[in-house]
Amino acid sequence: MPNVMIRRKPDGKLQFYVAKQDMEETVATIEKDTAEEWGGAIELTDGSKWYIDPISPPPVFPTTLRFKRG
Amino acid sequence: MTNLTKEETQALIAEVLEIYPEKAKKDRAKHLTVNDQSVEQSKKCITSNRKSLPGVMTIRGCAYAGSKGVVWGPIKDMIHISHGPVGCGQYSRAGRRNYYVGTTGINTFGTMNFTSDFQEKDIVFGGDKKLAKLIGEIETLFPLAKGISVQSECPIGLIGDDIEAVSKKASKELNKPVVPVRCEGFRGVSQSLGHHIANDAVRDWVLSNRDGDNSFQTTPYDVSIIGDYNIGGDAWSSRTLLEEMGLRVVAQWSGDGTLAEMELTPKVKLNLLHCYRSMNYISRHMEEKYGIPWVEYNFFGPTKIAESLRKIASYFDDTIKAGAERVIERYKAEYEAVIAKYKPRLQGKRVMLYIGGLRPRHVIGAYEDLGMEVVGTGYEFAHNDDYDRTIKEMGNATLIYDDVTGYEFEEFVKKIKPDLIGSGIKEKYIFQKMGIPFRQMHSWDYSGPYHGYDGFAIFARDMDMTLNNPCWGKMKAPWIKDEAAPAIAAAA
Repeated sequence: MPNVMIRRKPDGKLQFYVAKQDMEETVATIEKDTAEEWGGAIELTDGSKWYIDPISPPPVFPTTLRFKRG
Repeated sequence: MTNLTKEETQALIAEVLEIYPEKAKKDRAKHLTVNDQSVEQSKKCITSNRKSLPGVMTIRGCAYAGSKGVVWGPIKDMIHISHGPVGCGQYSRAGRRNYYVGTTGINTFGTMNFTSDFQEKDIVFGGDKKLAKLIGEIETLFPLAKGISVQSECPIGLIGDDIEAVSKKASKELNKPVVPVRCEGFRGVSQSLGHHIANDAVRDWVLSNRDGDNSFQTTPYDVSIIGDYNIGGDAWSSRTLLEEMGLRVVAQWSGDGTLAEMELTPKVKLNLLHCYRSMNYISRHMEEKYGIPWVEYNFFGPTKIAESLRKIASYFDDTIKAGAERVIERYKAEYEAVIAKYKPRLQGKRVMLYIGGLRPRHVIGAYEDLGMEVVGTGYEFAHNDDYDRTIKEMGNATLIYDDVTGYEFEEFVKKIKPDLIGSGIKEKYIFQKMGIPFRQMHSWDYSGPYHGYDGFAIFARDMDMTLNNPCWGKMKAPWIKDEAAPAIAAAA
């Protein structure tokens, strides 16, 4: 369950940064991304899958969240 | 020698690794790769930030070097105590040439060495009392110091001294920040962890000091220069460009920086990050806590400078955007003259680099502006995110090496035969004796600045001065036996 910092890149996409692994990836798909909630299964551009219980209301980025491997 | 193909470079790596025992070969193979721009993620081709194994010659530093030498050391109006034995501070004193203005010993302390000079009895009985006494003495002798940082050396962690307690007590008594930094040299694999620890100490002890204090007059154009250590005046030649385009530089981290500047950094609108490796941690923290965006930039060589100025300007309104264009236009004649003068002398020359921090990828643009080509590059202490950024900058089929050993570097140079090598002082004399032009790229070989348009002129001159020096053809490595020599000796 790594701590992941989610930030918005200049191009508008979300960046998934795991400090311990020096991993900077772009979020490809998010299961739930609405005005009410944000989260669920997340897939990154490198193909790896992660999971976070949907957060309501959606968090303000940048923020640090705990993800599970999905 | 013409450039190698991908297969040839791979064969070269295999050949160089041949001498190692099986286990070492397997380990080192992961750190060497042939660049392929189509690779998106460096972790697929290179392993980095791993422990150097005993038996190989590494040129890495320690966590203390990363914290005291790199991040904290240049903050000029604080006193940085090298807490522990005397050598660590003394042998690293003032070697990095981070320039500053001020009167040393009165209001600035950059080139001085403060140490608690541990003796046997301090190891046995603990050094906390000595530290408290030392802080008191500093206050008496240097009352204009704005703060104190305690940079731990190895024994502090080993004997378990409580420097935090001493610092908190002293801070209350003196009414100045006293920052304990747990940067014992044995932590981590290289100086990189020292940068991280130092960043965390700034975050915990300095950054929030002026939260809720709005007396500082801000403007919409406030920026800070993060990760520029003012080597030979680098930060100054960067700062002038930013100010010319209409921005206000509030803080310089940490070259020629002050404690007050660091405390004011949370008030800026944009953090400009030059050395990503050593200061990304604090930039990310400020982004999260204060909502300050950060942008990486590169002030080596006119192409990259123009690119960076436009990128920085894109975060601001039209006046700054126009300002960026004006600055680029203003220096155009100047840098074109530099290129016109030096490019014919340097065209087509091949360079190999092995440095730390940001330079293995940042200086590539400057060399390319002069018509030179970087055929091999490597970092001492990079992480994978650095290599992600490097892959795009380097040409295809060029060599990339992580934490290269002395033996490997020498062998690569013998095979690739570059026209110029840029690395550190520990490599300098080996390659000079081999008759290969060499620039010491850690402190710009006692020259500089290299940042900005002014720096580019100096960079070009230095490269020409080194490369086209007539001495290289006249010397021979002392270990190469002259075949004619025994005959002459016999005749005599």
